[in-house]
Amino acid sequence: MSPQTGGRHQQTFRLSMLLNDTRYRSLTIQVVVLIGFMLLIAWLISNTFQNLNALGKDVNFSFLGQPSSYDINQRLIEYDSRSSHLRASFVGLLNTLLVAALGCTLATIVGVVVGVLRLSKNWIIARLMTVYVEMFRNVPVLLWIVFFMAILIDTLPRPREFRGDDATASMFFNDSIAFTNRGVYVPEPLFSDSLGDLSVFGFFGISLDLVAFVAVLVAGIFAASVVRKRAEKIQATTGNLPTTWHIRSALIVFPPLAVLYFLGFHLGYPELKGFNFSGGIHMRNSLIALWLALSFYTAASIAEIVRAGIIAVSKGQTEAAYALGIRPNLTMSLVVLPQALRIIIPPLISQFLNLTKNSSLAIAVGYLDITGTLGGITLNQTGRELETILLLMMCYLIISLSVSAVMNQYNNRVKLKER
Amino acid sequence: MNSTAFVRAEMAKSRDAPRLDVGVIGWIRQNLFSGVLNSVLTILSLVAVSLALIEMLPWAVQSSWTASSLNECREFIAATYGEGTHGACWSVITERYLQLIYGFYPSESYWRPNLAIVLMFVALSPILFTSLPRKMLWFSAVYPFLGGWLLWGGSFWTILAIVFGFVIGYAVMLVGFRYAGTLGGIISGVVVIILYWLFVSNPLANALHSLFPWLAIEYIESAKFGGFMLSTTIGVTGIACSLPIGILLALGRKSDLLIVKAICIGFIEFIRGVPLITLLFVASVLLNIFLPPGTSFDLILRVIIMVTLFASAYIAEVIRGGLASLTRGQYEAADALGLTYWKSMRLIVLPQALKVSIPGIVSTFIALFKDTTLVSIIGLLDPLGLTNSIRSDGNWNGIVWELYMFIALIFFVFCFAMSRYSMYLERKLQTGHE
Repeated sequence: MSPQTGGRHQQTFRLSMLLNDTRYRSLTIQVVVLIGFMLLIAWLISNTFQNLNALGKDVNFSFLGQPSSYDINQRLIEYDSRSSHLRASFVGLLNTLLVAALGCTLATIVGVVVGVLRLSKNWIIARLMTVYVEMFRNVPVLLWIVFFMAILIDTLPRPREFRGDDATASMFFNDSIAFTNRGVYVPEPLFSDSLGDLSVFGFFGISLDLVAFVAVLVAGIFAASVVRKRAEKIQATTGNLPTTWHIRSALIVFPPLAVLYFLGFHLGYPELKGFNFSGGIHMRNSLIALWLALSFYTAASIAEIVRAGIIAVSKGQTEAAYALGIRPNLTMSLVVLPQALRIIIPPLISQFLNLTKNSSLAIAVGYLDITGTLGGITLNQTGRELETILLLMMCYLIISLSVSAVMNQYNNRVKLKER
Repeated sequence: MNSTAFVRAEMAKSRDAPRLDVGVIGWIRQNLFSGVLNSVLTILSLVAVSLALIEMLPWAVQSSWTASSLNECREFIAATYGEGTHGACWSVITERYLQLIYGFYPSESYWRPNLAIVLMFVALSPILFTSLPRKMLWFSAVYPFLGGWLLWGGSFWTILAIVFGFVIGYAVMLVGFRYAGTLGGIISGVVVIILYWLFVSNPLANALHSLFPWLAIEYIESAKFGGFMLSTTIGVTGIACSLPIGILLALGRKSDLLIVKAICIGFIEFIRGVPLITLLFVASVLLNIFLPPGTSFDLILRVIIMVTLFASAYIAEVIRGGLASLTRGQYEAADALGLTYWKSMRLIVLPQALKVSIPGIVSTFIALFKDTTLVSIIGLLDPLGLTNSIRSDGNWNGIVWELYMFIALIFFVFCFAMSRYSMYLERKLQTGHE
């Protein structure tokens, strides 16, 4: 650097440099954008308050503590019409999570099966699966939901057709499951020596029986993995893999069975009483229609993801594994699947999120999820549009963002390490 | 030594392939019954398909196409095919298909949406098929206003006055470029356009309309829109308006300016994190609260605004994918040529990125088109909403399957065709790259 040019660097700051000098221009633009953005927000907020004032309303969340005075027929925790709106929203949130969990499970199973079968060499199976995928992907999910609801209501027998000696309908699996047009009745797990409920902040109870069962199951799985690790260590040092599968399966199966036995586990079967069934778990049509429609709709997309994932692992990988003398099923589990899963899992999770968001269409069949309770009946009863819809969006946003945070963690872990 | 080994003098006659390995039988053996598992699967699926057909076909065929009510249809089926036959009443479709397509749009004006959709294809063609003359793009640019005028009607001067705003804004921007630099030019252009639309556009249009009143067609309010026309209007407007917003959001998300980036990421993740139905609730009950007191516009316009915001977040992600697919060399070459940011984007980066994103944009459009059925939940009369109003007519009280099937069929045909087009495009673009 010559002294002359060095001198030019120390020229004094001029206002026009804010626009023309790249060192300052980005700062200028950002400040302008920030001011514009804040002006926009301020404008929206001031409009909101002016409008609310004109309507004689304020922003106030105390309505959540008031009694809801409506009933929710499908619920996971205790609730009645004297409970608060907050509790109603919570029941709705649990219902959303219930249908999302059921839906994700079924959609994954169906999607993986269909995706693999679409690659089958069997001509008719491959074609049928293509028809399935195209049929479900190209028709709106809302239409599928109302369609499934109509199928359930129209084709299943009415409860009174189960009655009498000349009953036209009968229960399945040794009189334990009844499919009626009011919903499906399945046996419920009951415990004669129940441990009672664990109260969470006095707000709702979690069955201790369930907690004990899950805890023992998890402990069993952990113990089995310890045994497996030990066996692998022995294999690494001596070359002989000790047979442990019977110990491991016993560790997983027997402790939970013992827990069930000590708690006095038995099934409560649904029975026909009067004009309707009682006892057992009643899964309403709305839940089942929503569950099936969301699952089959999402499964079509999952099938495509699975197929693409399997195709994407190049054939050279399989051939290289064979060349190393690895057996076919080990090739699948050690070479192909780990690579395919890296491709499959991120879009799979985003399909799960889509399913969860689509579960808000429950309102079309009257299943009261959080959109139906907080964004539906509570909104209409209290007239608090702003608060309810903001809360509703926040709930979905928290679900989505936490899932994508976990997702990013996973992506970073399985990312190809490039040098 | 005279050893005479046998040497064959002529070629052996070639034999036919085994009868069981060629032709139809060979194909069946290879593709349907190649193993125990495959045979079982084949038989199971054949049984399932035939059971479904036995259940469905008689219902679909033993049907009435002419009855004018559900009762009449059931009587007709009972009289023709015997008592106790279940048959479809397709006559509800033949009677109501116009309503399912146009909603409550006045029938003497059906030519307007028809013309609008034909012109839409004309406007789209230079974008979809690159071999057409580039001058047609001018028509594509004008079409949104023309199409809107055809659908809603009213005075043509209103449209002209709005379009004139763009001309003024562009002129001001050009002048601004010369005297106030790029940023100053853009800002002054935008400010002038907004001021013009707020204060000048309407009086100008009214004045012109009173001078030349013959350039007007009947105004049709949005409440009369319905059926597939409504779905198409919402879907097409949503995608068309969300494209520019989506491009800006995608560029913002990739930009070095931290605040701009944060705002864009926040917007995109917020919209993608909530279900569309909550945004439609915002359109139906909240949007008027956010706007200055006294503003109110009709529900369909509010829905279009929210759908546009919704689609723009998804389009932004699609275009971000397109931007990421370009090699760094493209960005660096543009910088090396000394192009400014906007010039390098406009001339080098975006043309390539958009070309790669077209299949993704088509998929977003398919998803959005399917999602337009959600507006039935907030009470608009899209095809699904119309089924309720058809059922509330005493003649057709209780009809379910026929309507759902018709609607599903139409959605299927459109979405399937679009997805095939996007696959074709993907293949076409693939060869250019690898």
